[in-house]
Amino acid sequence: MENKKRKGPVIFSKYNTGEGVKKALSLSREDILFELRDSKLKGRGGAGFPTATKWTIVAAALAEQKYVICNADEGEPGTFKDRVLLLEYPELVFEGMVIAGYTIGATKGIVYLRGEYEYMLKSLEDYLEVMRNDNLLGKNILGKSNFDFDISIRLGSGAYVCGEETALIESLEGNRGEARNRPPYPVNTGYMGMPTVVNNVETLASIPHIVTKGGEWYRKHGTDKSTGSKLFSVSGDCDRPGVYELPWGTKISELLKLVGAKNTKAVQVGGASGVCIPKSQFERSLAYEDVATGGSIMIFNESRNMLHILKNFMEFFVEESCGQCTPCRIGNVKLLEGVEMIEKGEYKFSYINQLKELGKTMQVASKCGLGQSSPNSFISILENFKEEIFNGNGGGNGK
Amino acid sequence: MLVLEKNAMTEEIELLVAKYGKNRSSLIPILQDIQRKHKHIPDFAQQEVARLLDIHPVEVFSVISFYSFLNTTPKGKYIVRLCQTISCDMQGKAAVAKAIERELGIKFGETTRDNKFTLEYANCVGMCDQGPAMIINERVYSKLTAEKAVKILNELK
Repeated sequence: MENKKRKGPVIFSKYNTGEGVKKALSLSREDILFELRDSKLKGRGGAGFPTATKWTIVAAALAEQKYVICNADEGEPGTFKDRVLLLEYPELVFEGMVIAGYTIGATKGIVYLRGEYEYMLKSLEDYLEVMRNDNLLGKNILGKSNFDFDISIRLGSGAYVCGEETALIESLEGNRGEARNRPPYPVNTGYMGMPTVVNNVETLASIPHIVTKGGEWYRKHGTDKSTGSKLFSVSGDCDRPGVYELPWGTKISELLKLVGAKNTKAVQVGGASGVCIPKSQFERSLAYEDVATGGSIMIFNESRNMLHILKNFMEFFVEESCGQCTPCRIGNVKLLEGVEMIEKGEYKFSYINQLKELGKTMQVASKCGLGQSSPNSFISILENFKEEIFNGNGGGNGK
Repeated sequence: MLVLEKNAMTEEIELLVAKYGKNRSSLIPILQDIQRKHKHIPDFAQQEVARLLDIHPVEVFSVISFYSFLNTTPKGKYIVRLCQTISCDMQGKAAVAKAIERELGIKFGETTRDNKFTLEYANCVGMCDQGPAMIINERVYSKLTAEKAVKILNELK
């Protein structure tokens, strides 16, 4: 592999290819699950479900076939950590899948790669071939009898909603990528109706490190409730955008300093479906217990028009709503119309307040995470920047 | 469609079905391959995919209509997708968009008369740290300026 330039406490720490799989195969399944539980690793896609719980349920299930799915449908605006992991650290992601396969008793792994990342397909396929040659994939992996595992890659076709795990499974099965009702969860009824582990790229990339260095080592990083580290995709108004690995619990102000952000007015944490944090709250920390995030950090300086940003987000959701459930399909359109009314200065406060209420309804009534989180930025931007937005200048910042 | 073309299409789809397997989960990879080659999925191809996978043609159409990278009407040889999400927007997307529109003489959503270029917006393509970015077919281009974008297009012309 090429020289690794990135540095970080966990994922970007030193790792020898094949080490994780080798160690895992010398352990029993229970031991791996123990280390994982001990590490308190939570899903890195944003929802933060404990990975050990997910794996334990699938490991305990009796089924002819089980699946490991790597969710590489990275579509949240402002997120590009999976791009970096897949291009520079494919060994971590794929070995994480092999270890998952061994632990839960699956023989098939599928990477669902977003269509926009088709340019990576060749290098990833090549890397899988290298792993097959090294017997890290295929039959009797590293001489372990009766452990077969292989990985295939499937491309998405430009639908943001397929990042939702049940929509992703629908898409893999050859259907429209419409989210399913949950329960049943994929751990019971997943791909092809079989127990399935669906993990984010970053979650899987943490696994080989946890297996080699132990859950206790992992827990040393981060906070009590948010153990380990997080990859942050930093973009927007700063000198050094890019991917940063930082321990959980890092304050927003510390991060801003690190990336060279000046005159910062607001930080959008968690992408379009996340929340907008104003200057007054920059001392809050990035952690599951405070500002939870899948890792998208977008920085806006004083010159930016918050209403314009909000409009960009709402246009995104109107386009990407799958249209299956009414709160999300109609709700996002109504919220966008509201933003356009404010832009033109043709609004009534009573109506805007009604829209905020509508947003809260969407948060509880939408079928999947898309509609449940799309009102977040609407509510947080209008609330945190009301002086600027409702000044009669269409959010024009007095200009 | 001429009979010869139809036969060629049927043969092509038969090969794809053999490659991916005759089951529903092969549907999207098959459609993606047809899309890549023909730049759209014609009615006849939809019917043949449905027949060979033993599903209703409406199911095939329903799937195509869901995904933004699959379409039933022809697109250009090069599909230019400019990222419109906020990080790229703040790094100067608008200037790049205007330059591309002027250079190709079409608006977003349109295809040039010679069927060479289709111009579209895409949502976040994951190049937020190196925006503005665009994807042409499978290749990604980052840190665009109006000048650079126009140069890239002219090299493809």
